[in-house]
Amino acid sequence: MYEISCDVVIIGGGPAGLSAAVAAKKEGAEKVLIIERDEKLGGILQQCIHPGFGLTYFKKEMTGPEYAGAFKEEALALGAEALTDSMVLEVVPEESAVYCVNRKYGMTKVTGRSIVLAMGCRERTRAGIQIPGTRPAGIYTAGAAQRLVNRQNAVVGKKIVILGSGDIGMIMARRMTLEGAEVLCVVELMDFLAGLTRNRVQCLDDFGIPLKLSHTVTRIVGNERVEGVYIAAVDAKKQPIPETEEFVPCDTLLLSVGLIPENELTRKAEIHVDPVTNGPEVNQFMQTTAPNVFACGNVVHVNDLVDNVTVESLNAGRSAARYAMGTLPAAVRGVPCVPGANVRYLCPHKVVVTAEEETVRLFFRVLKPALKVKLVVKSGGKVLSEKKEQRVNPGEMCHVDVKTGSVSGNDITVEVTGEEV
Amino acid sequence: MKTDVVIIGAGAVGCAIARELSRYQLDVTVVDKNEDIGGDASKSNSAIIHTGYDASPGTLESQLVVAANPMYDQISRDLDVPFKRIGAILPAITDEQYEKLPEIRHKAFLNRVYDVQYLTREELLEIEPELNPEVKGGLYIPRESIIDPFILVQAYAENACENGVHFLLNTRVTDIRTEDGAVKEVVTTGGTIETRYVINAAALYCDEIAAMVGKADYKVVARRGQFFILDKNTSCKVRQIVLPIPTKITKGKLMCPTIHGNMLVGPTAEDLDNKTDKSVTREGLDSITADVKRLIPNVNVRDSITQYSGLRPNRNPEGLHVDTWDDLKGFINLSGVRSTGLTLSAAMGVYVANLMRDLGEPMIFREDYKKTRKGIVRFHELSREEQDTLVRENPAYGRVICRCETITEGEILDAIHRPLGARSMDAVKRRVRAGMGRCQAGFCGPKVIEILARELGIPVEQVTKNNSGSYMVAGMTR
Repeated sequence: MYEISCDVVIIGGGPAGLSAAVAAKKEGAEKVLIIERDEKLGGILQQCIHPGFGLTYFKKEMTGPEYAGAFKEEALALGAEALTDSMVLEVVPEESAVYCVNRKYGMTKVTGRSIVLAMGCRERTRAGIQIPGTRPAGIYTAGAAQRLVNRQNAVVGKKIVILGSGDIGMIMARRMTLEGAEVLCVVELMDFLAGLTRNRVQCLDDFGIPLKLSHTVTRIVGNERVEGVYIAAVDAKKQPIPETEEFVPCDTLLLSVGLIPENELTRKAEIHVDPVTNGPEVNQFMQTTAPNVFACGNVVHVNDLVDNVTVESLNAGRSAARYAMGTLPAAVRGVPCVPGANVRYLCPHKVVVTAEEETVRLFFRVLKPALKVKLVVKSGGKVLSEKKEQRVNPGEMCHVDVKTGSVSGNDITVEVTGEEV
Repeated sequence: MKTDVVIIGAGAVGCAIARELSRYQLDVTVVDKNEDIGGDASKSNSAIIHTGYDASPGTLESQLVVAANPMYDQISRDLDVPFKRIGAILPAITDEQYEKLPEIRHKAFLNRVYDVQYLTREELLEIEPELNPEVKGGLYIPRESIIDPFILVQAYAENACENGVHFLLNTRVTDIRTEDGAVKEVVTTGGTIETRYVINAAALYCDEIAAMVGKADYKVVARRGQFFILDKNTSCKVRQIVLPIPTKITKGKLMCPTIHGNMLVGPTAEDLDNKTDKSVTREGLDSITADVKRLIPNVNVRDSITQYSGLRPNRNPEGLHVDTWDDLKGFINLSGVRSTGLTLSAAMGVYVANLMRDLGEPMIFREDYKKTRKGIVRFHELSREEQDTLVRENPAYGRVICRCETITEGEILDAIHRPLGARSMDAVKRRVRAGMGRCQAGFCGPKVIEILARELGIPVEQVTKNNSGSYMVAGMTR
């Protein structure tokens, strides 16, 4: 078996893996290797040809390939290496090794002093939400249709209904319209938007595509190819109201109904996975329950902005390099982060208090939208800080900062209070 | 076109008969309306090889199922079909069910299934910890087994093909012509075939085929069965087939592992007024959950990675029949092949061959008959060393296309280029499982479209999911 040894091995060459590689090299790790299953680096951003990336990190608007390209160039210029067209089959923390398969080298064992998980996420499917009906051709997740149109030049359909108001769904509504397809509507089960408000404005409103909140697809019709779908309004319990059901003829149903961190390797390696985020539990160094394994990006929790992924991944890359070099500070104690009122989860899951005082950024998502909001951080019942926001949405990630020196109690909680929308 | 035997239907039974007849000096042609072998009911069932313990004693169905079960050890070895004897349990949850157990065991005995055993509550909970703790006791049926139903049919067909059987796919039978009290020609959408025998293995449509020669004294009703397939990582898994105490109408809804490590939960039993509606319904799926929870309270259908339905051919009046007529020589009509069809296929091949001998056909063995078939390599089942060797021999095995099931490009290329190779997305999926995992082809779908187009030398727009009309993409951007 072919063997490679390095300081930091990174699984995944998307925005998370590339940022981690940049940070690891800058921190001083000598040999940094990215393992990527695609033929090229860049991950899913390769198919995100629309603008809207980099607004917070680079303070300018970039397309997905431009954003990924900037990190790819920097990582390679700093001396990070990449093994593309290579699929990781197993992560073994005890051996500090990763097994992957590659056309040229066959089975390859890559050992690293530390490992960074940056595998990203996958899309929830039609079966994941159990849409009744037949199983014809013409049902695609939005990301699969996006790959087909932007990387393979193939348009999946001509008359399209989109279920789910996730960002990729809305971006595909615009993209398919630009390709000459007729996008009939975007249907959303909840009474609020799943994705970013700016995407509703730029991708739906600007093209006159109706958004049907509190509606769902109740049935798919067609034997060979989709012939149409039934759409109905839902009641307060999200149950379809039969009288409102109507048939919408179409040839394609696109789904943008959620993303799921891809943690099969993580689970097999027996690293703790949080059932709420479906991602590994991490501390502020993005270190998992296996001390030599770090994680960042959508594999940890699904982000709406790649800029946040970058920040988190630079942190993971830096920490992995420090671990590899033996300079990661030792923990004095660990404090769990516990979601309070209207908070779905907190990331990191745990804050490690070390001899060094530092500021830790806690990312979180709310359960429900709220107006005139107060974000309160507490530890052991004592208020550490307060912050005000005009509005919070489940589709948009929030964050608060905590100084480790100020953590007095045995937990850290964040609660969100405000007016209902 | 001229042949000795036309088999109508390339499902499990049709292909098993084709394989059996390919041992003899006969020219055999299989005709099927679908674009791929695999039939309809044969590809959407519970993938169980039954013992026949609960058949009606003394019937042909009982005889064939009981005869077929032991054949699968040999068949799975000879034809490289994933098969496992995991056994079944039949737990009685209520006192009423408990009282039925002796009757069920007695019936098994009458069916010559002698190895059915009583298990106590404690024994059941030990072998199946997920079982409802209220269980009173139950039966254990050791030889109930699981199989890959897609590969079984492919294996029969590929082996038959290698031994000279012709397959005409995408070909619908429109008429059967007779002359002087014997079959003469089968008229199809692909031309007319002159033949001495016609074997009707058209399952759901066997009444329509029989009607072409005026021999349909029965009707076939589609009985729909809906299923869930659960993720390999689902929170609640069972170790063997868990069957409910059957009622008169159906074997009921069960839960069992699949040969590939998923969980299968279902089916419903709904009689339809048509033969095409393979929908799943909210009511149907909810009824599965409600019923199976009585056996396995923690079953988690939220971990479902797909839901599907199959149509079992239900004969009215009931009963498995293999009929021949003195006034219509050469016509062999199979009807009433239902949910046990997958199991009894192996025995049906032998039964039909014997029947032809009885009808006066010489049935001379071929000397060059090859009884084994090598399947497509299953990369993820190999050791790291074997994987390494394989990639060095053929780099296509070094590129993983389906990440959920770890299916390589090498396996997909083999699926396309072997005899009776895959011509559609579903055909690839049924051969190598690309797209059968938790992302349901979200990642590998676009790549498989590209591979199919390239390997078949067709434009991307002509790649289909399955039958004609099921195009995957509507056009190109440039």
